[in-house]
Amino acid sequence: MRRFLRLAAGVVVLVGLAGVLLTRPQRVDPAQLNDVTADLVRGEAVFFAGGCASCHSRPDATGEEKLKLAGGRRFETDFGTFIAPNISSDREAGIGSWSVLDLANALLHGTGPEGQHYYPAFPYTSYANMTLEDVASLHAFLGTLPAVAVESDAHEVGFPFNIRRGLGGWKLLYLQPGWVVEGDLTDQQARGRYLVEALGHCAECHTPRNAFGGLQRDLWLAGAPNPSGKGRIPGLTADQLDWSEADIAEYLRSGFTPDYDSAGGEMAEVIENTSQLTDDDRLAIAAYLKAVSLPSVALVPE
Amino acid sequence: MMKKITIVAAGLLSVAAIGTAIAQESQNPAVKARTSIMKLYAFNLETLGGMIKGEVEYDAEAATRAANNIVVLTQIDQSAMWPAGSDNASDPATRALPAIWENFPDVGAKGQAMADAAVAMQAAAGQDVEAVKAAMGQLGGACTACHKAYRAPEN
Repeated sequence: MRRFLRLAAGVVVLVGLAGVLLTRPQRVDPAQLNDVTADLVRGEAVFFAGGCASCHSRPDATGEEKLKLAGGRRFETDFGTFIAPNISSDREAGIGSWSVLDLANALLHGTGPEGQHYYPAFPYTSYANMTLEDVASLHAFLGTLPAVAVESDAHEVGFPFNIRRGLGGWKLLYLQPGWVVEGDLTDQQARGRYLVEALGHCAECHTPRNAFGGLQRDLWLAGAPNPSGKGRIPGLTADQLDWSEADIAEYLRSGFTPDYDSAGGEMAEVIENTSQLTDDDRLAIAAYLKAVSLPSVALVPE
Repeated sequence: MMKKITIVAAGLLSVAAIGTAIAQESQNPAVKARTSIMKLYAFNLETLGGMIKGEVEYDAEAATRAANNIVVLTQIDQSAMWPAGSDNASDPATRALPAIWENFPDVGAKGQAMADAAVAMQAAAGQDVEAVKAAMGQLGGACTACHKAYRAPEN
């Protein structure tokens, strides 16, 4: 009996240790950044494709005000209310003191500079597929935007979700770098995949989530209930969205649907970003969407 | 017996059909009028959009006619088309938010931005498709700005 207890205690310690190791925040190896160069023009494109301002500008900011990334927008979820933090270039209130490595850890692993896990309201599960060139370029571009000295508000999250360590387990399950749509893609489709799956984080709204808030990758872009409770976020797969590629590209540019209604709701915010992309990038998104089909995520046969 | 069920079912169906019809179209003439203006915008925008997408060949005259119509639409005096009680809280057939009636100066400013964008399109329409494309972006921005602030999401 005593032997059994000792064994059981040993197992508990081992499992606990494994848990501690497995839920430890992950980081980028600094050596990977050695040959990475930043480019401001590229960084600006990443900024718009990534939609940073849609969450991190002040609530209701428009025009130039959207470049002041002071945070403050509230996102109500089943797990609590998340409040977008200040990511302006202010060295105290914002992230002006961050290195490229700090930004890479945040975007690719959801890990903060002090080693804390970020909540996945910040879509690092998508950004995890960003290239380091894009991270470094975005870092340079963010540095050119105004510094705003407004303190970030704490998230309003109750037990047990306020224990950030638990997010390590969540990440083990749902932070899966790698593409969802695989196969023989054209260069244009592959560019579209990068824009949709990584930077644009389209799936964060257009893919349904399970009870733990993880994306159901087998229902990729299949449409999802609207978290606001009203209506449904439409599916984007080729069998659901019957718009032509030119229709999709024009919608992402001017906001006009094929019926010449204008974009509404959250998509109006998205189009403020996609209107800043190049025609080639908007057409690449359209080409990728035409390649995604359900029920199983597979390439649409030619 | 079967006949009775059929009649009842048909009756229920027609009630449902009427219900749907009411939900889709307002009986308020003011709402009908302003919805008609939106349809006229869409019709003319489609001419321009088709050229941008390459569905039809760019035609300076057709583009100019469409742009002229859009300018005319921005000049219609709509003040009688937005009476009190024609918001989506009072009339389920409209998506117009009550905020419109609380923010007339801002609604007016957004309307002016639309009028400016229409004039810019008028100047662009006769040039080339690239100019039309740029002006279309400005028009889209003007439409969206007002819809984002003052129109309820689609159900």
